Amino acid sequence: MTTHDNPPPPSQELPAAGAATMATRPSAPSPQRSGERAATAPGAPRDSDVAAPASAWRLGLRTFTENHLATVGLVILVLLVLFSFVGPLLYHTNQVASSLISQNLPPSGSHLLGTSPEGRDELGRLMLGGQSTIEVGLGVGVLATLFGLVYGALSGFVGGVLDAVMMRVVDALLSIPYLFFVVLLAALARPNLLLVIVVLSAASWLSTARLVRGETLSLRTRDYVTASQGFGSRAHQVIARHITPNLLGVVVVNGTLKVADAILAFASIAYLGLGPPPPATNWGELLSAGINNLFDGYWWQLWPAGLLIVLTVLAVNVIGDGLSDVAEIRLQKR
Amino acid sequence: MKQRILEVEHLRTEFHLRSANVAAVDDVSLTIDQGECVGLVGESGCGKSTTGLSIMRLLPRSGHVTAGRVLLDGRDLVPLSEAQMRQVRGREVSMIFQDPMTSLNPTMTIGAQVAEPLVIHFGSSKKAAMDRTLETLHLVGIPNPRERVDDYPHQLSGGLRQRVMIATALAAEPKLLIADEPTTALDVTIQAQILDLLDRLREELSMAVLLITHDIGVIAGRTDRVMVMYAGRMVESATTDELFAATRHPYAEALLQSIPQLTQDANARLPSIPGHPPDLSRLPPGCRFAPRCRYASPACIEEPPLEEAATGHLVACFHPVGVLSGAAAAWSAPGAPAGAPTSPPPVPASAALDASAALDASGSPARAGDPTPPPDATTRRLTLAAAAVLVEVDHLVKEYPVRGGGLRRRVGSVKAVSDVSFGIRRGETFGLVGESGCGKSTLGRMVAALERPTSGTVRLGGDELLRLRGADLRRRRRELQLMFQDPYASLDPRMRVGSILREPLVVQGVGDRRQQWETVASLLDEVGLSRRAIDLYPHEFSGGQRQRIGLARALTLNPRLVVADEPVSALDVSIQSQILNLMKALQRSHGLTYLVISHDLAVLRYLSDTIGVMYLGKMVELGAADDVYARPAHPYTHGLIQAIPVPDPSIEKAKRSAAVRGELPSAVNPPSGCRFRTRCPLAQEICAEEEPPLRGFGPGHVAACHFPLLSPSTDQQAGAVPVVSVASEPAPGAS
Repeated sequence: MTTHDNPPPPSQELPAAGAATMATRPSAPSPQRSGERAATAPGAPRDSDVAAPASAWRLGLRTFTENHLATVGLVILVLLVLFSFVGPLLYHTNQVASSLISQNLPPSGSHLLGTSPEGRDELGRLMLGGQSTIEVGLGVGVLATLFGLVYGALSGFVGGVLDAVMMRVVDALLSIPYLFFVVLLAALARPNLLLVIVVLSAASWLSTARLVRGETLSLRTRDYVTASQGFGSRAHQVIARHITPNLLGVVVVNGTLKVADAILAFASIAYLGLGPPPPATNWGELLSAGINNLFDGYWWQLWPAGLLIVLTVLAVNVIGDGLSDVAEIRLQKR
Repeated sequence: MKQRILEVEHLRTEFHLRSANVAAVDDVSLTIDQGECVGLVGESGCGKSTTGLSIMRLLPRSGHVTAGRVLLDGRDLVPLSEAQMRQVRGREVSMIFQDPMTSLNPTMTIGAQVAEPLVIHFGSSKKAAMDRTLETLHLVGIPNPRERVDDYPHQLSGGLRQRVMIATALAAEPKLLIADEPTTALDVTIQAQILDLLDRLREELSMAVLLITHDIGVIAGRTDRVMVMYAGRMVESATTDELFAATRHPYAEALLQSIPQLTQDANARLPSIPGHPPDLSRLPPGCRFAPRCRYASPACIEEPPLEEAATGHLVACFHPVGVLSGAAAAWSAPGAPAGAPTSPPPVPASAALDASAALDASGSPARAGDPTPPPDATTRRLTLAAAAVLVEVDHLVKEYPVRGGGLRRRVGSVKAVSDVSFGIRRGETFGLVGESGCGKSTLGRMVAALERPTSGTVRLGGDELLRLRGADLRRRRRELQLMFQDPYASLDPRMRVGSILREPLVVQGVGDRRQQWETVASLLDEVGLSRRAIDLYPHEFSGGQRQRIGLARALTLNPRLVVADEPVSALDVSIQSQILNLMKALQRSHGLTYLVISHDLAVLRYLSDTIGVMYLGKMVELGAADDVYARPAHPYTHGLIQAIPVPDPSIEKAKRSAAVRGELPSAVNPPSGCRFRTRCPLAQEICAEEEPPLRGFGPGHVAACHFPLLSPSTDQQAGAVPVVSVASEPAPGAS
């Protein structure tokens, strides 16, 4: 960045344009972002308050890393993703065929975490199960958040009759227990991962929509929204330019909670045996199998899966906490 | 010799921030005697509230008293334990805060809140506490305390709530009352009442009072001694009379001069203090005021000691005002060459500060875009009289339904604006004044076409904008723009300033990218901000700078009319005058027409050509600004003018009692006849029966009152629609 070359004066005043630049007409600032910076008239006094006009990303990253817990959470999540998706490439196991001779073997050199009741390698199963678990978690988080965001923002911003109708729909859907959905759908179709994601999202977006609507109601009375309408912005322009960016903080944090919720919900669906059928697996199903054999002392079937679920949910939650710091833009300068 | 209640010695309070430790209060000493009222004045962020909180030991978690003593009746409060301190708070020292909305608990009755300190400190029985509560509520002037005692805070008006707040502070009869901006959130009429109350209580209870305020007018009338703080330091301390008569510190002098006064020449530039207070974590070396000071010299690189300039008059300055003759003239002369008489000291920050000083000292926003000097009053009046009417407001009514009952049926309506008519000429500034809740903001929103009137019309350049639909309406919106009160809420916190300023151009599809950025850059120049602002976010600016950005945004589309709702009321006086000067300069260079809404008559008097006074939805008086101030016809206008605190102790102390009694009645059921009658000293029976018509009181001056303070002129009679501004004849096209 150009400003690094000139050390800023130690004043916190963002000073008036220098007298020199005021008299002469400005040279045209170029429209590109880099150009904007370069356009700062050379004679103009440099501001100082923000030592270097760091990009929003860099500021965000700095705030995030200042939350040590969130940083640890992010590291854990990255490790878990590597474990699930890269792990199988390094640790080859047969996750398709079941083997009667190698049922319920305890951890050993050939099976680092023992074997499952079907005789498949447990560590390999954890990796395979991690893939679907993380896919469902992130999938539901993103899908539910996007839909809830659009729905809630529209309802809150437009208001009136539309708002009333849209919110009563949400209320009605909230009154149906999601397990009922799941059982119904499992009876109608053979559950696959995509279906699970859709079903869980269908249950999950409702609370996001409510949250977003509430926030929108308060945002739409802000002066900057009034100002924007005052120079003729249409509703969709206001939502895109002012409402959504200001919602992002809340929504992203809420999204991470949705991820954690979805992982837990997927685990309970699988626990009930309504998940995708074997040999596909996920951590919830592994946990369920482990509990069946709890009294045989096969701890390797129970604890690792449970631990991974807890670890993932905790990691995602503290990441959400860190993201909420980032979203609080005022924290970025102090 | 009266008993000394409070003695603060060399107090230093530090805050631990993420980036640094800053001393918000640095070596402050003060004393207060029994029955004395001491004022603490300064801009926001100068440490006055922190001083009050340090005495109470109610600092936020990151703050600590690190040095000095706070002697209350000879006992040092600083080393006391938290438990001991609780015994002191409320019983020996009490504090009242600015905002009566948040300082009372909404879930407790006011009686319970007033009784709370009694129960805590004296373990009073229920009955004894109740008796004392009623007594205290009576003392602070709550009508019918026995009926009110079971009310909740939301059932009371702002003024009554502040009285309750004072009652809670006084219940245990403390020796010292710290009043932190006790009237800042209140209307001037209520402010006068509350200040009277504090005065009376101080005499009756012989309490010591520390009055913390930014309003020098309030200080003038109510205090015995004044201390001026700047950037955590005490810079001047004197008796009130002495301070106003013989100001010594340049900061105190500048602060006094930057307040717009009713007697102010509206055509001269307001003197203002360039720049704004320093960041406490990056203080300039030596005198902290030096970078903004007119008289600063290289000597100011040293820290000036607080020395006695006259008996009991302490000043911390190497170049006290009045000693160096001739310097004062340089300060007040508008348009003095930038930095020439006294160039800022050679502190490292001088490069940046120089530029900002140059801007405000020399009126350079005007220099860039406005080659014409401000015309004198007569020229301006004649030009305006000949100008065409831009805005016509005709019999405008706005009522909001009040719904209640199980099915949310309409049970009544809030009569926000009732039958208001006026006109604004091209290039004119129309000031709208009234207490909060009088409908002035609603009227402003309707003029800005943001709200549809219940009936009546608003025309801009002859067209009724709200008749238009869709794209036509959106295109015409560029002709009127808004400026907001709260510089924090009016800019989108997630957009860079460049995008904020460019947004109107994008929405209206004006020019290509390159032209849009050119416009943004030149706007920043015009409002006196560095072009580096383009890349920054709003939170990186001070309140005054944000207000400049807000003004720049309002100008991007070259509007004909700017509706400014309380444009400076959230700003410090020194910054306020910068913005007022800027608004005037931009009006000249862009040929703008302003509708300025404010509760502050002094601001409007400086800014406006025409003034409209609103009371409870009605326009009660309308006329040329000078005329309305010099010869108010309506008792309400007169009361409002009387209620403004004037920074002159002799005038202020001569005022005997609040000019307007009581509080604004409900707009759901406004009083019959004249709406002001319930608070009017002149009201008689006819006022309740008949609504007074608008009558003329000279050219373009009308008022609606049965018993006006002037005798009405005969040429303008009842029913005449006052689409008149500075001009003497009714505007053409008025219906």
